[in-house]
Amino acid sequence: MTLLITVFAAVITTVIWYRRENDHMRLEPLMFMFWGASIMWLVDAVVEFTEVGAACFKPALEDMINDSFLGLSVVALALVIWVVMLLIRDPKGSVRRALQKTK
Amino acid sequence: MACFLIPAAEAAVAAVAEKAVEKNEPAEAVEGGEVQRKLTLSRKLHWLTYMLVGGAILLMFEHIWHGEVTPFFPFLTAMNDPADTFDMLREMATTGVGMALLVTGVWAVMCAAADSIMKRSDSDETVEEEA
Repeated sequence: MTLLITVFAAVITTVIWYRRENDHMRLEPLMFMFWGASIMWLVDAVVEFTEVGAACFKPALEDMINDSFLGLSVVALALVIWVVMLLIRDPKGSVRRALQKTK
Repeated sequence: MACFLIPAAEAAVAAVAEKAVEKNEPAEAVEGGEVQRKLTLSRKLHWLTYMLVGGAILLMFEHIWHGEVTPFFPFLTAMNDPADTFDMLREMATTGVGMALLVTGVWAVMCAAADSIMKRSDSDETVEEEA
């Protein structure tokens, strides 16, 4: 489930990146982060498959729920990292303008 | 157990290589403006670094989730028992190296595809100019 959720996040981010009109949102780091993690979990899944065989496709319900929570938490962590990077780089100058604004 | 350490180590090497390559590239190619004619090696290495660092961070989070990484020394629970340490090293040598190799392979294919797209757009522009 973690692999599936990360792959979906990677595909959705890539589609949004492809449809962008400018680079203000700096989606590249987020996209590469999701793809990097997806590839790494794919290797993990292949290794698990070689060890336990088809049993890895029939996880217990509790494991599936735990893995789904983990997948969603991973997506949340990646989004937080991306937002922090976006605010620090401030490509649109929004943060700078907000800080320069007088009361 | 600690498979993410191998991609993390490769990410450090890629980041250093990126900085070294960037210094030797002509300023025009690095700054490039809005439209770049040719993809620079430093830009490609930047993609690899993002993939490796991002993947390693998210995998480290998974290991924290499963209680395999702790905030106190020796940071990896597998280090507490020699048998677990051996399993950890074996996993790093198999899964970890596999992860690093596959990410690098995907990156290489991506770079080849990007170069071919750039060449295609160059030849399209030449045809338009000639017409």
